[in-house]
Amino acid sequence: MTTHRASAFLAPRRRLQVAGLLTAPVAWLGLVYVVALAALLITAFWTVDGLTGQVQIQWTTDNVVEVFTEALYRTVTLRTLGIAAAVTVIDVLIAIPVAFFMAKVAGPRARHLLVIAVLAPLWASYLVKVYAWRALLSADGLIGWAGAPFGLDTPGYGITGVILTLSYLWLPYVIMPIYAGFDRVPDRLLEASADLGARGGITLMAVVLPMIRPAIIAGSIFAFCLSLGDYITVGIVGGTTQMLGNLVYTNVGAANNLPLAAAISLIPIGIIFVYLAAVRRTGALRSL
Amino acid sequence: MLKPTARMSLRAGVASVAVASLAACGTASSGSDTEAATEIGDAEGTVSILAWPGYVEDGSNDPTVDWVSDFEEATSCEVVSKTYGTSDEAYQLMQSGGYDVVAASGDLTLRLIAADLVSAVNTDLLENYEGIFDFLKDKEWNSVDGVSYGVPHGYGANLLMYNTEVVDPAPTSWDVVFDSASDYAGAVTAYDSPIYIADAAVYLMTHEPDLGITNPYALDEDQFAAAVDLLKLQKESVGEYWSDYLKEIQAFESGDSVVGTTWQVIQNSISTGNTEVVLPEEGATGWSDTWMIASEAESPNCAYMWLDYIASPEANATATAYFGEAPSSEAACDFRDDCEAYHAGDEEYASQIWYWTTPVAECVDGREDVECVDYAEWTKAWQEIKG
Repeated sequence: MTTHRASAFLAPRRRLQVAGLLTAPVAWLGLVYVVALAALLITAFWTVDGLTGQVQIQWTTDNVVEVFTEALYRTVTLRTLGIAAAVTVIDVLIAIPVAFFMAKVAGPRARHLLVIAVLAPLWASYLVKVYAWRALLSADGLIGWAGAPFGLDTPGYGITGVILTLSYLWLPYVIMPIYAGFDRVPDRLLEASADLGARGGITLMAVVLPMIRPAIIAGSIFAFCLSLGDYITVGIVGGTTQMLGNLVYTNVGAANNLPLAAAISLIPIGIIFVYLAAVRRTGALRSL
Repeated sequence: MLKPTARMSLRAGVASVAVASLAACGTASSGSDTEAATEIGDAEGTVSILAWPGYVEDGSNDPTVDWVSDFEEATSCEVVSKTYGTSDEAYQLMQSGGYDVVAASGDLTLRLIAADLVSAVNTDLLENYEGIFDFLKDKEWNSVDGVSYGVPHGYGANLLMYNTEVVDPAPTSWDVVFDSASDYAGAVTAYDSPIYIADAAVYLMTHEPDLGITNPYALDEDQFAAAVDLLKLQKESVGEYWSDYLKEIQAFESGDSVVGTTWQVIQNSISTGNTEVVLPEEGATGWSDTWMIASEAESPNCAYMWLDYIASPEANATATAYFGEAPSSEAACDFRDDCEAYHAGDEEYASQIWYWTTPVAECVDGREDVECVDYAEWTKAWQEIKG
């Protein structure tokens, strides 16, 4: 009875229907993302009591000024940016041919298998994969062993190890949007291009790339943003390397200085906002 | 074997963070108004204990690991325990109240005393206190002005570990990880915590006597700068820093690290057999934990009973063996077969250990003409060293 009455009441009231559907998720989004981000921003301007380690609501710009003026944070920011950029480039370069093969060359059966193969690593725990890379990169690991006959040595733990590991970790996130992008390119356009005398390379550059550019950018957002915030991988395969995430972690865990940690975390947030703003103008966000 | 070590890792890792975490400890105020008890009355029925994981085991985690039930039967004090992850967490929990007993590391003790959260302990009331090694009693991390604030529990040193196949001749000095670190460039490892700066200071005490360092936790600006410079130089040869002890075990087993700081329990866990540990001639840093009684304890009698019980040879042996550290009770080794590995009771060995103490502005070595660098600065400097 009640259900019936409720639906009878709601049926002609479309706005109420929409409100009922959206209130909870929008409130959740608002609380979890917007309010949390705002709280972070505000915390950066607070201070910590030296004796008790408690956060005190006492306004100061010291933390933010420190983060923007001290050489340590500049060095680490540049290093983090460099790592994130390298990971993004490597992933895109690997993902384009793989995605092209999946979307345009492989038959339907092989395509499904490939999609499963690309997505399968996502089922394994992040830590398991990173520790596997730690074993691979080790002095007596597989990479050093395989490279030895060619006079190559393992890069060991350090920035190279971090870039390799992160590239591996985020690759599925880059392949999938680019695969979807290729999938949307109609085969007849490729045929038309060939009919008009364009060779493979020209078809790729002049016809396909402009069409999948938003997909590439969409994939790069994943690789770039995920790398920018990472601190676990660098702790396991990074040797002595520090990234921004490590500085945040140290200040939360060891130093117990939440305001400074909040101030440091403003750096990657700022970078990501700039990146997303730039990406938005390309229209790539629509193909996510 | 696996379980204690796993727990050890948890606690040890956490301890590092904890030691690291004390942003700045205030000055330990003497003349606290919390008076020590004069007698132990009747048991109140319950006692609430705050401790590191692995310190209060009643068999609920592992049926074979239980030293709490005996206490409960003997005293009719029912134990309610809570574990904490960092000294900061412990500090906050102690502030919120509700605990009678706390097991605190050297970086937390002075803070608790300064805030009057713990009371002085009348050690005359504890039968087993006499059995505690003298070299652990009345130290700067468990007493103030000669007044004891608790009972020592277990201790250990941060040793030098090396790969016997690579590092030749066998090192006797921290030299191999500092001035000669470049001999093993890329394979040196160091402990990833600001408190590691004290290790550099211990080295400088011997090798740069002109700096006048008398306590590695009391560094003025010049001494501190020298230690930081030494660590920056060391960083060029460091392969990786470790705080997770499993990471260090793996790095030594695979040969990625060949020389660096370690704990005895790590050496005990390495299966390849090509590593040795040594307490270098300069001495080393280390840790020592203390059982303390809350100033607002609701069950002070049961608290005293617990302190007495956990200091008894058998309980002390079981708890410290489970955790992987040297016991504080002299007779505990009658109940352990691995005491030798931990150098329990070796006073000369213990005297070479500089137990973790929180660096505070008021120099802990008693100097009054200078201000020492406090822990917040240590943390900052550590980040800069890692770059």
